[in-house]
Amino acid sequence: MSGSLPIAALSRLAWRNLWRNYRRTLIMLLAIALGVWAMIFMTALMRGMVDQMVEDGIRSLPGHVQVHHPLYRDDPSIENSMREPGEAFTAAMNSPVVTGWTARLRVPAMISSERENRGLMLLGVDPDGEIAVGFETDTIVEGRWLESVDDPGIVVGKKMLERLETGLGKRVVLMSQDPDNEIADRGFRIIGVFEGTLAAQEEAYVYAGRATVQGMLNADGEVSEIAVAGHDYRDVGKLEKLVKEATEGLDVEVRTWKELDSYLEAMLGVMDGFVLVWIVVIFLALSFGLVNTLMMAIFERIREIGLMQALGMKPSAILYQILLESLFLLALGLLLGNVLAVASVYPIRDGVDLSVVAEGMEMFGASAMLYPALKSDDMILANTVVIVLGILTSLIPAWHASRYRPVEAIAKT
Amino acid sequence: MSDDLQNHGAVFSLLSLQLAWRNLWRHSRRTWLTAGAMIFSNVLLIFMISLQLGSYDMMINNTLRAFSGHIQLQAEGYNENQRMRRSIPSILSLTRRVRESLPDAAVSARAAAFALVSSEERSFGAQLIGVQPAWEPGVSTLPGLISEGRYLEDPDAAEIVIGAVMARNLKVGLGDEITLLGSGWDGSFAAGVVTVVGIYRSGMADLDRSLAQLPFGYFQATFFMQGHGHAIVVALDDLDQVAPALSTLQPLAGDDLVLLDWDALNPGLKQAIQADMSSAWLMYGVLIVLVAFSVLNTQLMSVMERTREFGVVSALGVRPSRLAMLVLLETALMALIGLAIGLFLGWLVALYFNTAGLSYPGMEEAAARFNLPDRIYPSVSPLSLLLGPVVVFGFCLLAAIYPAARLLRLRPVEAMRAA
Repeated sequence: MSGSLPIAALSRLAWRNLWRNYRRTLIMLLAIALGVWAMIFMTALMRGMVDQMVEDGIRSLPGHVQVHHPLYRDDPSIENSMREPGEAFTAAMNSPVVTGWTARLRVPAMISSERENRGLMLLGVDPDGEIAVGFETDTIVEGRWLESVDDPGIVVGKKMLERLETGLGKRVVLMSQDPDNEIADRGFRIIGVFEGTLAAQEEAYVYAGRATVQGMLNADGEVSEIAVAGHDYRDVGKLEKLVKEATEGLDVEVRTWKELDSYLEAMLGVMDGFVLVWIVVIFLALSFGLVNTLMMAIFERIREIGLMQALGMKPSAILYQILLESLFLLALGLLLGNVLAVASVYPIRDGVDLSVVAEGMEMFGASAMLYPALKSDDMILANTVVIVLGILTSLIPAWHASRYRPVEAIAKT
Repeated sequence: MSDDLQNHGAVFSLLSLQLAWRNLWRHSRRTWLTAGAMIFSNVLLIFMISLQLGSYDMMINNTLRAFSGHIQLQAEGYNENQRMRRSIPSILSLTRRVRESLPDAAVSARAAAFALVSSEERSFGAQLIGVQPAWEPGVSTLPGLISEGRYLEDPDAAEIVIGAVMARNLKVGLGDEITLLGSGWDGSFAAGVVTVVGIYRSGMADLDRSLAQLPFGYFQATFFMQGHGHAIVVALDDLDQVAPALSTLQPLAGDDLVLLDWDALNPGLKQAIQADMSSAWLMYGVLIVLVAFSVLNTQLMSVMERTREFGVVSALGVRPSRLAMLVLLETALMALIGLAIGLFLGWLVALYFNTAGLSYPGMEEAAARFNLPDRIYPSVSPLSLLLGPVVVFGFCLLAAIYPAARLLRLRPVEAMRAA
């Protein structure tokens, strides 16, 4: 009877044992809670940074899947352009996986004000299409966004405006080349100024109406790039398949953002690896203390354990009892750690301002605001690692305790 | 008498040491587990810190040596906004004076302009740099990265060296001619035709796409510079020499020119390192605190289980402060074990990767962005080895203060009665 104590009785025994030395239990509890907090909180910060990086990267030239002339990426000139997409493509894009798409001309150009000149990328865009794939008009800090494909004005970056020592409403000259390799130039009035999340974007791009640029470059009906946006940038498989089918038979290259920006793609992968390593490292640091605590708890009770065995308690019951003790400790620690983590992410959910090191963050491709990203997957991973590995680690001392010989154990002082 | 006292003291502390050592091994498994936690985090910290320091060194050196140098002398405001007219007059004679005042450093003059570069088929905007062919190789690694052809030689020849990406975009090769169009120093129209004599491949996409170098004399003539230039670049052997060099050069700068150090020239670099270092220390901090908790728990237990024993010895006249010192000594010994073994293992790990290099999936892409090679070699130096373990040691001692302080309040009679 006493050899197979019901689980309820064992649990009660384990729970009471846990609090016999409350100081030790509290310290261990605090350590577990701190470890779990660190696992979840730091992961949320790092995830937040990388997510932001990827989103900024994608936003800097929107479109989760892009279509180019096969030679365009190697030689981004007007010569390597394609015809504007026809009705079949437009119809295919009318699918629920597509949230927006647009076609743009994208060629290297030189911009000159009265005083300065600079090199950049000239984007001939469809203003509404750009908004559909993710251009945010509230990044326009002065003037207005383009109104139509044949809008005669241009929208430049704030930084570029300073470089050129010019201002809103002033005229600048854009120079590029046409498909016959002749220099093509045209004067434009600056009608808007945009601010990029990364300062580099403000110097890299200038926006103009697509038809206007096509006219300037003698390239009617030609575009360099078709950009298609979907619901979630992480899951671009369906979108890629759809675009590939829609461009079947055309001499074009379809690429997802992951292939276009290998740094961002690599960072997402590095992050997943990092989260796992971080959680396991923290667990390992905890495990020494966990084993130590259980060992001490058992050591103090050797005589008691011997007595119980002598009275007929099965070794397996002793094993279970100690594992339960460990389980309670881990569960309490996890509870506390999770609550702490959520509570510490909550006050900074609107972002942490890191502008002190903004230029450094920009080197990583990250912006100065850090938004923690608390993900249920990461929380589940942390909790699972702690419970599963924690119980596995506790097996060692518990197994030891269950193998004491009653007589020897009782004789121990 | 005083000799006696001193001897007595010495014997006593040796005795405490012996006592502490023996106490440590009364629960050898517990001691090893606690020391194990220290060893684990010490090895990890040594590995991580030496990796970080190693990659920072490489990041700084690669970035500075590639192009910017350690110090530049420029006209006021040029660094913020690189305008043609913000220039240094009679730059060549000033460069000679800088060279004389810093005999060990490499010094070279540069002028820069933005221009439209056209081949027969293509045109792009590019940054043109006029360089002194004889001195430039000392301040920049670009001249050494020529993959086709040769670097510039004659300071007045109509020649150009371009990056590999630019060559591909312009569809030009060695011996082909390139037309330059821009505006000169006096605001007039500047144009020239130059021959491609070399193509460099730095691996930094930005440089390879947009930077081209011309001989200084030819640049002067084409852009009507009238003796003006934009920067005097100084390259030193290492970062420690930057501060003394800055003070040597200060009198030469005068009122119109500014001295910029590497941090001002590459504003993102130091901050990227700071951001990386502080986020790393946040993580190390958690690890170290966890180890400290482990020590706290162990020492508290070890004090509590000896309550009776401590009661007896204090009844015999041993002062509580002596007992507290004993506990601290025990902790210090345990932490020393953790430090020694951790340091040794950490040193082995760092040493191994210092020769073999380290690479992980995704690093190649990250490395390219930070001007790093695709393998990182951790630095093995006293700083990188000791920094982590010493902090761990300190926190372990801190953690023992609470258990030790409990002894100060020890009441012998009650303690002896304790279960």
